[in-house]
Amino acid sequence: MTAARREQLLSYAVLIVFAIIAIYPIVSIVLLALHKRSDLVTGFSIPDTLDFGTFKTAWQEGALGRGLINSFIVAGTVTVVSAVLSTFAGYAFGAMRFRGSELLFYVLLLGLIFPYEATVIPLYYVFKDAGLTDSLWALILPQIGLSVPFGTFWMRAFFRSTPGSLVEASRLDGASSFTTLWRVLLPQAWPAITTMIVLVFMWTWNEFLLALIMIQSDDLRTAPLGLALFAGANRGSNDVTLTAAAAVIVALPVVIVYVFLQRSFIRGMFAGAVKE
Amino acid sequence: MGVTAPTGVEDRGSRAPRPRSAVAGDGRAEPRVRVRAPGEPRRVAYLYVAPAMLFYAVFAFAPLIYTGWLSFFDWDGITVGTWAGLDNYRELWDDPGIRTSFVHSFVLIIFYAFVPCFLGLVLASLIAHSRVRGATFFRAVLFLPQTIATVVIAIAWVWIYAPDGPLNEALRAVGLGSLARGWLGDFDFALPALGLVGSWVMFGLCLVLFLAGIQKIPISLYEAARVDGAGRVREFFAVTLPGLRGELAVALTLTTIMALRTFDLIYVSTAGGPGTQTTVPSVLVYQNAFVNGKVGLAAAVAVVLTALIFVVAFGITRIVDRDPSR
Repeated sequence: MTAARREQLLSYAVLIVFAIIAIYPIVSIVLLALHKRSDLVTGFSIPDTLDFGTFKTAWQEGALGRGLINSFIVAGTVTVVSAVLSTFAGYAFGAMRFRGSELLFYVLLLGLIFPYEATVIPLYYVFKDAGLTDSLWALILPQIGLSVPFGTFWMRAFFRSTPGSLVEASRLDGASSFTTLWRVLLPQAWPAITTMIVLVFMWTWNEFLLALIMIQSDDLRTAPLGLALFAGANRGSNDVTLTAAAAVIVALPVVIVYVFLQRSFIRGMFAGAVKE
Repeated sequence: MGVTAPTGVEDRGSRAPRPRSAVAGDGRAEPRVRVRAPGEPRRVAYLYVAPAMLFYAVFAFAPLIYTGWLSFFDWDGITVGTWAGLDNYRELWDDPGIRTSFVHSFVLIIFYAFVPCFLGLVLASLIAHSRVRGATFFRAVLFLPQTIATVVIAIAWVWIYAPDGPLNEALRAVGLGSLARGWLGDFDFALPALGLVGSWVMFGLCLVLFLAGIQKIPISLYEAARVDGAGRVREFFAVTLPGLRGELAVALTLTTIMALRTFDLIYVSTAGGPGTQTTVPSVLVYQNAFVNGKVGLAAAVAVVLTALIFVVAFGITRIVDRDPSR
């Protein structure tokens, strides 16, 4: 056995072991959900028969349908609005010169870092005074505000990477800045925009704290909030299969998108980050 | 996760040539050092920037400042608040419970940041230079935990750590049943157990990041090291580690911030218990602001937490930037 061959086998071993570790908790919860509710499950157990009844019960008892719809409304709106706003802002920061652009951009970059915890207290009390708590607006508006820093940052990186000569040529042809964006730049921007959309959607879909604070009504809960409350209510009842089924349902939409667009996901979280 | 905001993602591409003066900082055109942005200063740019900046200013930046303002008040959230000066910060400093919550955060940093970065570095350097089929598949699987809602992750791990869950069953199966316990209800093990969940989430991200980074290190450097008779360990410290400086900084920043921000996982799995063994600052922010009616104190905790996050983010960036070899 050559050294290269040994090294290759070692690589496979390492990758397989850690892939199993990465996927085991997810597999275990799916297996749990496939059990019948009456099954007493302990440890690692593969169900004898495939049973989707638990999913059905969880769907009904957890009111997951409503939660999924709310999450789609919130995540969809946040994603579309912040994608449009970020594309405009990224265009200006990436392809134009204007006074104060550096300062504005740095202020915006702070938004990449600070936690929700730092904003939710005043948001809650101000929204309460405005009568906006316990509405989906209370989730949509702040999350647009917290998504545009990443979106703008991401689109700026894209617009900086497009050849300046394209923009110049278009301007020499007398095109307005908007025509330049729409006709010349956007057709190339779709991969970057897709990545941004996918990531913002995922972050918004998975968000929990804001929903926990803002939403009181049962029928306005987002999927993660509904799931957390459902799990809390089921704790101690030994009904682990039911909670597991609800968890699988809530995670599924993002995982499906991930399976198809995993390159976009991963590139989005890294590229631009480490170009050196 | 809303929590998985894209921190640490930095625009290194633009930083490399330090284009401070060239990128329109002062609005004057500099014809010779034109980098990307062509043309004169453009007023129309403000129109493009305005909507995004408006949303950001109103719903993110202003609340941040407002939180700072609230931290100087004694307020129950209902009646009129009274000016308290630095009292909330004094209470924060004096209260052993709050101090401990920050200690818990530092324990989480070890698990969220150091463990995955260390493991990731070692494994990446072990496997980087062998040809592996299905790299895309492995990358996708290792990255999967990043995409799952933290609430779901919490539920999955509550099950794994449950008294009759897979972990304890496995221990019993190999004759270590005496170690079995309800891990998340255990005073000593609850926090490390949650920390390991963080390691699990972050590990794949670090490994994928480092593997990508190693691919960019010129192979000639490794050949040179071999010619000089360097072993694998020397090679790691002389070539791989310096080459991964940027990636390591990004990974450390990202994971440390995630550790400091941890809320969903703890709220759903242990709610800070048993006792206050897993209480972290973000849980205290939530409890004080929305349960206990101590809004000012909650705001002070949030301010300190945010300050810590800024220090980490800028600190790590500074350290990397200062490196003379780049």
